[in-house]
Amino acid sequence: MRNAFAKEITRLSKTSSKLVLLSGDIGNRLFDEYKNIPGSNFLNCGIAEANMMGVAAGLAMSGLKPIIYTITPFTTTRCFEQIRVDACYHNVPVIIIGTGSGLSYASLGPTHHSLEDFAIFRALPNITILAPSDSVELKKCLNEALKLNSPVYIRIGKKGEEILTNELTPFKIGKSVNFKKGGKVCLIATGTIMSEALKAAELLERKGISTCVEGFHTIKPIDKKSLKRLFSLFDVISVIEEHSSIGGLFGAISEWMALEDNVYNTKVLSFGTKDEFMHEVGTQQYARKLNGIDALNIFNKTFEVYQKRNKK
Amino acid sequence: MKTNELQEIASVARSRIILNSHKTGTPHLGSCLSCVDILVALYFSKLNIDPKNYSSPTRDRFILSKGHGAAALFQILAMKGFYPDKLLSDYGEDGSIFAEHPPTPDYLPGIEAATGSLGHGLPIGLGMALSSKISNISFNVYVLLGDGECNEGSIWEAATMAVAQKVENLTIFVDANKWQATDRSADLVGSTSLKDKWQAFGWNSYEIDGNNIQEILDALEMKPTIGVPTAIMLNTIKGKGVSFMEDNNNWHYRIPNQEEVEMAFYELGVKL
Repeated sequence: MRNAFAKEITRLSKTSSKLVLLSGDIGNRLFDEYKNIPGSNFLNCGIAEANMMGVAAGLAMSGLKPIIYTITPFTTTRCFEQIRVDACYHNVPVIIIGTGSGLSYASLGPTHHSLEDFAIFRALPNITILAPSDSVELKKCLNEALKLNSPVYIRIGKKGEEILTNELTPFKIGKSVNFKKGGKVCLIATGTIMSEALKAAELLERKGISTCVEGFHTIKPIDKKSLKRLFSLFDVISVIEEHSSIGGLFGAISEWMALEDNVYNTKVLSFGTKDEFMHEVGTQQYARKLNGIDALNIFNKTFEVYQKRNKK
Repeated sequence: MKTNELQEIASVARSRIILNSHKTGTPHLGSCLSCVDILVALYFSKLNIDPKNYSSPTRDRFILSKGHGAAALFQILAMKGFYPDKLLSDYGEDGSIFAEHPPTPDYLPGIEAATGSLGHGLPIGLGMALSSKISNISFNVYVLLGDGECNEGSIWEAATMAVAQKVENLTIFVDANKWQATDRSADLVGSTSLKDKWQAFGWNSYEIDGNNIQEILDALEMKPTIGVPTAIMLNTIKGKGVSFMEDNNNWHYRIPNQEEVEMAFYELGVKL
């Protein structure tokens, strides 16, 4: 995904002299091509993310389009106050890219995990929160984010993520995308964990359960219209995210649901990370499994609840 | 404008700040009074800003990074004609835009950044200064910091990057009144001179009497080393201009009563 980001930003910089790419001393050689474009603007701000965020806001206040790129915890929690005050309070177009988010850097330990970013950003006014499921969606996120005149956070993976969408898949900020049609249960997922959701759907289909998979690349503003439709159609909805079950996609859906006039009879399951720091080191897949957000566990739990519901 | 005229403007500004504090219960009087002279020198003699065209892309930018000095800036901007005096009439009332700190630029002419949380103004100013080079529009950026504010790590993050990026259209001032909210600055951060610190970070660094308008004007005319940002330490007195407020840190939060206002006006030579 980070290569797709570098490629797209390189393409975009050929058409806009207002783009400024700021890096927090990461992406070794990743942006060589970008830097070689005459007139492209690149600032390596060093390991000083609070300053980097303030600088980006200053650039945006002066009419430029800054895009900040660094590993997610350092461009979110590390400089949260600068995001809150400099970018969001001033409501200026700073695009924040969190790379290697969720459990992408599982093997680096919790300092490099980001499992609370949706939660803290959702409470900030003016910011749009995006989590593309693959590199194709990422490109669309980036292009649409540049059209907004306000802060945007784009949470991306690392490398080697499966391609799940194509150029023709519809994309609009704030509008969910159907990945698979189905009539019995629904899986709602955001970000790169979509690949696990699709695998879980396949397992459910093998058991004869027609499964709908809906992608929410936009966490804020949440697509209430889609939620309304999905909740009136399905008895069982599983919400899947590589983020804490507190305050992310499941949080947004729960908040929406609590204030709805309609009382839905839908059983909602949350597949998010546990409310604890991981002390076991391993691959991303290992970490997903440990947190129960892997395809098999999503399938098992969803299947179990579906069966219970249908016995009644 | 002549120095003595600027000094008169500074006295009037001080009297307005004190009266406003009395009427509206606005604190940070000491912090406001220590930086009046630099604000007057900048707005009435140095900055290339037209109050009638305050968002021109070529304007100089001034950021009050020590946002708790807003009560001083609000008066100076009104005196300079960014908005009429009558806009200040709802100061301190519910629903007023005049908080204890500057609002965002959309809400008040002449404000470049909503500060108040310390350590934010310099990184933002650095971004603005860098935009001048990127967009090929020539202007200068001035940022006023507090000496207490220099406790914040983000100030020093910005200090290193400004030097690495050779940002020469950026000048900072440190309102060094030696006090912060509850203590002497030196007791908290040690007594290494601020001038030496900025110099060590690679800035053109000077130290002047920050309550002496002539010295400020002279410092602003200095031709520093090319390709290097400039840091001017303003040796100031907290509560400057009113004998019983000077260097008395109670006036960080205290609000003057009617008698104290009258005394202050008398000392400043301004009619109430």
